[in-house]
Amino acid sequence: MTVDELKKLVGHEFKPVVYEVEKGAIKKLTLAIQDPNPLFQDEAYAKKTKFGSIISPPTFISSFRMTEADEWMMKLNVPQKRGVNAGVDLEFFKPIKPGDVITVNAKVTEMDVKEGKSGQMIVSATERTYTNQKGEIVAKMRIRGMRF
Amino acid sequence: MAKQLYFEDVVVGSDIPTIVKHPTTRQLVMWAGASSDYNEIHYDKDVALAQNMPGVIIHGWLTASYLCQLLTGWIGDEGTLKKFSVAFRGMLFPGQDVICKGKVSKKYTQNKENLVECEIWAENPKGEKTAPATALVSLPSKA
Repeated sequence: MTVDELKKLVGHEFKPVVYEVEKGAIKKLTLAIQDPNPLFQDEAYAKKTKFGSIISPPTFISSFRMTEADEWMMKLNVPQKRGVNAGVDLEFFKPIKPGDVITVNAKVTEMDVKEGKSGQMIVSATERTYTNQKGEIVAKMRIRGMRF
Repeated sequence: MAKQLYFEDVVVGSDIPTIVKHPTTRQLVMWAGASSDYNEIHYDKDVALAQNMPGVIIHGWLTASYLCQLLTGWIGDEGTLKKFSVAFRGMLFPGQDVICKGKVSKKYTQNKENLVECEIWAENPKGEKTAPATALVSLPSKA
């Protein structure tokens, strides 16, 4: 792909995905982090807080997989074979609770070719928006990718 | 949970209590399953070696989760994590401690919200910062 072809990908939207948030999934993720915070796993405790139930730890949104958006960067027809997640920017607006139904929309927001230490690197960013069943945006994520 | 942190208690320049995580390959498999990230570089040594890595590496998202644990544990139930940004600069490995640290960089009130900006990071046992991050949290006031 040429640089121009790559840059034309900015604005591309991926097919949205919808996930129902399961209590067990939140607890399993919390256990994988080994985070002792009772808000994410102790229902009796969480009931007495302002949330009224357990909530998800912040990085739970990373478990809402979007196969197409997750893999597109590695599927680009370019000579740079290695790809990495260079970083993420997260913004949280509302807690995510068991029973929530979250729709994830994603699009390409940045695409560029830069000179790196070992030749040309492709830098990209995609943005994801997480919306609950009430139409409220609960979180946003920007993922910065690199191929080199 | 630990006692609530209040806006008045936060001193700019002070440290956020450090947490030390002890990731194992088993933990990475648990994260892979819980997050549905099945990239083999996180649990299959042959695949990791073939990609010029010294061994299986910790998921960037798991490191990010450790840093979020540092923050959510510190701000308590009444605090809110509003923004979190992390850069994945280097590899971290199971079997080696991941040390999560932070400092308060700024505090201010905006639109009646008590906001605190922090610099946080994950270190390997050599003290190299492999995952620098920033966060914005809001805290309750004693008033």
